[in-house]
Amino acid sequence: MTEWRPPIALVGAWLGLLALLALTVALAYVPLGAGNGVVALTIGTIKAGLVAAIFMELRHRGGLTLVFAGAGLFWLGILLWLGSMDFLTRT
Amino acid sequence: MPESSVFAPQYASIPHRDHTAELGMWVFIATEVLLFGGLILAYVVYRHAFPQDFAAGSRHTEIVIGTANTAVLLTSSFLVAWAVEIFSPATAKIVTRLLVGAACLGLAFIVLKGIEYGKEYDEHLVPGIDFQFPGPKANGVQLFFIFYFIATAIHALHMLIGICLLITLAVICQRAPSTRHRTALHSAALYWHFVDVVWIFLFALIYLPGRSTS
Repeated sequence: MTEWRPPIALVGAWLGLLALLALTVALAYVPLGAGNGVVALTIGTIKAGLVAAIFMELRHRGGLTLVFAGAGLFWLGILLWLGSMDFLTRT
Repeated sequence: MPESSVFAPQYASIPHRDHTAELGMWVFIATEVLLFGGLILAYVVYRHAFPQDFAAGSRHTEIVIGTANTAVLLTSSFLVAWAVEIFSPATAKIVTRLLVGAACLGLAFIVLKGIEYGKEYDEHLVPGIDFQFPGPKANGVQLFFIFYFIATAIHALHMLIGICLLITLAVICQRAPSTRHRTALHSAALYWHFVDVVWIFLFALIYLPGRSTS
C-alpha cells in the first residue's frame, strides 16, 4: 500500500520552497543596499520555477505545452519592458 | 479508471482531450499573468519614483503574517500536487482528504489576511478610508498601500475561487472518479499553483523591501 504516498520530487520541492522562504526572509534583514531587491526577486523566481517545473509538472511536458506556458511570460516581459522603459530612463 | 462519458467528437482520444484542456488552462493563466502584470508594472514605476517611501511602507506590513501565509500557501499547493499525482479510484478517499486539507489551508490564508487588514486599519494605513502617516513620506507610502490593498484583494478573490473549486472537486472525487475528473482536477491544480506563484512575487514585493534599513 504505497500508492497514496507522494513522490519524492514533490516532497523535495515542498521542503525546498519552505527553505527558500526562510532564506529570503533572513536575507531581507542583511543590509545589501540595492542587492536586497535583487536577492528577493532572484529567490522568488527560483521558487516560481520550482512550482512551475514540479507542482505544475512542466518538467514532464513537451515543447507545445512549454510554448503555451511561456507565452504569458513573453507578453509579461514586453509589458514590463516597454511599460517601465520611459520611467526608468528619465533624468 | 471508469469512463463516465465518452470524449467529445472534436477529440481523437482521451489524451488528446486532456492535452487540449491543459493548453487551454495555460492560455487562461497567460491572461491572468497580464492582469497581475499590469499591477506589478504600476508598482515598478512608483517604487522607482518613491524608493524610500515604498521601503517605509513595506516596513509597516506584517512580515510574520506574510511569511506564515506564504508557508501556508506553499503547503496547500503541495497537497494539491500530491492529490493530482496519486489520483485513482483506489485512492479517492485520500485524494478527497488532501483536497479538503488544501482548501482549509486556503481558508487559513484568507483568515490571516483578514487579521492583517484589521491591524492595518487600526494603524490608519487604509487609503480612501482612514490613512494617516506622519512626515514627508505620506504620499509615497499611500501609493504603496494602494498597491498593497488592490493587489492582495485581487489575489484573495482568486484564492476564494480556488477554494470553491477545490471543495467542489473534493465532493466529486468522493464518488467514482473518472479520467474526466482527473483532467478537471489537473486544471484546477494549475490554477491553484498559479495563485501560489502570484503570491510568491507579491510577498517579495510587499513584505521584504526596506527590512535591512530603518
